[in-house]
Amino acid sequence: MTPQDPKSRYVIAAAWWLVAALGPAISAAQPAESVPAASLIEPLALASLLKETPAAKQPLLLQVGFRKLYDQAHIPGSEYAGPTSTPAGLDALRERVAHLPKDAAIVIYCGCCPWSHCPNIAAAYDLLQKLGFTRVKVLHVAENFGSDWVDKGYATATQP
Amino acid sequence: MIDGPRLATAAALSLLMCGAAQALEVGERAPDFTRADLSGRSVTLSAYRGKLLLLNFWATWCAPCREELPAFTRWQKSYGADGLQVIGISMDDEIESVRQLIARHPVSYPIVMGDAPLGERFGGVLGLPLTLLIDAEGRVVARYQGAADLPAMETTLRKLLAQRYH
Repeated sequence: MTPQDPKSRYVIAAAWWLVAALGPAISAAQPAESVPAASLIEPLALASLLKETPAAKQPLLLQVGFRKLYDQAHIPGSEYAGPTSTPAGLDALRERVAHLPKDAAIVIYCGCCPWSHCPNIAAAYDLLQKLGFTRVKVLHVAENFGSDWVDKGYATATQP
Repeated sequence: MIDGPRLATAAALSLLMCGAAQALEVGERAPDFTRADLSGRSVTLSAYRGKLLLLNFWATWCAPCREELPAFTRWQKSYGADGLQVIGISMDDEIESVRQLIARHPVSYPIVMGDAPLGERFGGVLGLPLTLLIDAEGRVVARYQGAADLPAMETTLRKLLAQRYH
């Protein structure tokens, strides 16, 4: 790729713009890749788990992304506790789990954007780790909640 | 990339879901809406009928979305006279974060605030970015879910502009 290539024009322009506009915000975001593989659960596995597990024994499902996405579609039974890329969202998550036993089964998910760009999920995972929760799973949403959950035909709700 | 038609099985499975919207596909008519832009001016989608619309769902917290904004700004300037109109729909929860970003780095096209009902009318905006190209008759002619191949998108919109407006 040379500066004359059409693609390089996009890359250079976007990179300059991003650094100028959003450098501090981007560097503050924790990458989703920091979540250990052992803590991930794939959509098919979670969908199967929820289908086979009685409601009373299901994990607590928390959507830690953005409200407008949750309002359009979410996993049935999941609660909104975000966005954890913000201090207010972290407070909401902290408050929701404040009275839970540390061995409570919790599954967190977002799906706002491709996994490598998600600004919420690692922050939520890290908070739960710091709070001492030992049975936290993170739904691995590779592209977004629409493509990886809704379009797969897994159970979806639109009402809180 | 441009999504193809979804499988019939997926459509059948979706009937089992609790009301999640069907994604708006290529060939379908885009729903009309009226929203105020960041400066309070009214933006009505159907008022741009006759133009090639680039409708971009985005948010300030979405890194791939932010990477696309300079290109859209440039295209509006370059191809606006040829019939292109870019409209941004922010899915941010708070307008203030959008105002702050755009104040520092203005774009050359209107941005309105989206919400869940508007997203549902477009078949569910369940991941960002999402960009639609909408032809002069109001039909979706291309759909890009996720970070788009911008040179390819530019090539497509140039072809569409050449076909329809020259």
